[in-house]
Amino acid sequence: MTIFKVAAVLLTGFFVGLTLEGIARKIIARVQRRYGPPWYQNFIDVFKALSKHGFSHGWIFDFGVLMALGGVIATLSFVPLGNLVAFPGLDNVFVVLYLFAVGALGMAMGMVGSGNPNASIGVARALTQMLGYEVPYLVSLAAIIFYYKTSSISNLMNLQADSWNLFKMPIGAAVAFISLMGMLGKKPFDTPIAPAEIASGPMVELSSKYMGLLMLMHTFSIFVEISLFVDIFLGGGSYLVFLLKFTVVWIIATLISAVLPRFRIEQVVKFYWRVPLGLAFLQAFFVLIGWVF
Amino acid sequence: MSYERTIWEKIADNLRSRSMWMLHYCTGCGAVELPPSMTSRFDMERLGMGPMATPRQADIFLITGYLSVKTLRRVIYTYEQMPDPKYVVGFGSCTINGGIYYDSYATINRVDYYIPVDLYIAGCMPRPEAIFEAFTELMRMIRKGEAIGWKKYKENYEWYKQNQLKSLGEVYVHDEFHE
Repeated sequence: MTIFKVAAVLLTGFFVGLTLEGIARKIIARVQRRYGPPWYQNFIDVFKALSKHGFSHGWIFDFGVLMALGGVIATLSFVPLGNLVAFPGLDNVFVVLYLFAVGALGMAMGMVGSGNPNASIGVARALTQMLGYEVPYLVSLAAIIFYYKTSSISNLMNLQADSWNLFKMPIGAAVAFISLMGMLGKKPFDTPIAPAEIASGPMVELSSKYMGLLMLMHTFSIFVEISLFVDIFLGGGSYLVFLLKFTVVWIIATLISAVLPRFRIEQVVKFYWRVPLGLAFLQAFFVLIGWVF
Repeated sequence: MSYERTIWEKIADNLRSRSMWMLHYCTGCGAVELPPSMTSRFDMERLGMGPMATPRQADIFLITGYLSVKTLRRVIYTYEQMPDPKYVVGFGSCTINGGIYYDSYATINRVDYYIPVDLYIAGCMPRPEAIFEAFTELMRMIRKGEAIGWKKYKENYEWYKQNQLKSLGEVYVHDEFHE
């Protein structure tokens, strides 16, 4: 039974994730008053990339790409999608956070293994940015875990039956959403892959299959990040309700990113450690003195 | 000239024609016609095309304008770094016969001697309408399996290399980025 549930989660990640990325391209095009590509453009892109004949840069590079994809797939199978939970009882916040680092480190290792200085700069920027958004995100998450006295994502979801955490702890939800923009690498925080400055950063040496696998890894990691936000802040519900909430969050993030320019890396970290971190501590203080709506 | 393709290669060619990522080598004046083709007025992205940052990720290689002896070396480097089904589009008259610079001491008159060009766009410079005409033609050629410059380059590598050496002396680039 578990294997079917895992397959269902992964297929959802693949189809819904790639479709929503195509829709995001369409939305950005409409914001810029263009027609935009068809919604299935990202499926074509992935399969085209897999069909080309590319170059390897040594076994560290190959292994890093596989580790990145495998790590993110493993993470995704632990994330509950509404009432579709592949591993009941194991869907813990800490399990997801630890497993998620495997994918990020695999990508860092593989891309640095390509030997291109632009890739090293991109990876350094990505890890610096991670330092920026993880701290406020984890402080706001810690406040929630303290309030409910549980760190199981399913329990957190069910305990919001009366009112969503978005309304109970609005400041914490805002902090988590700003951190989510950084995790997704959306526009004000797309410093690691800045195509005009460092030639798309970590992806600089990726050709063909490697590009296709990394695009899939990106899709799955987007799915994990937004799913965590939806599960923890936007309440529970059935599978379809979950997908609806997911779509709304993704479209809002896309619309915000469509109109913003890019931060420099030190501006990213300064911003995250000043505004969202301060707000996250404020929220934690409110939770400690019992001001929860 | 046409090659036999298996059913998988036909499917792959269909996908490749719908998702062309381009690398533009903006040596000459031709690059100025690309921003209007990419942005709101003509919107290249609706054909699945888009600019890419590096040769590793790109499928089509635009040579936008004349090449000098110095830039031809970089073009050959870049072309050989691209992964395999790769297509070259020559922009404007300069890539066909040297254009208005045909009698300059340092201009390459025919790019086709050095790397295989799949499609030329005549004009000085071609308007975005001409560029779109060319791209839809290139999509048709890829679907039918007629854009086979990359296979020609492999089969006639000695001939191309000999032409490159004859014009350039050596293909190696000596500057601070390549040594």
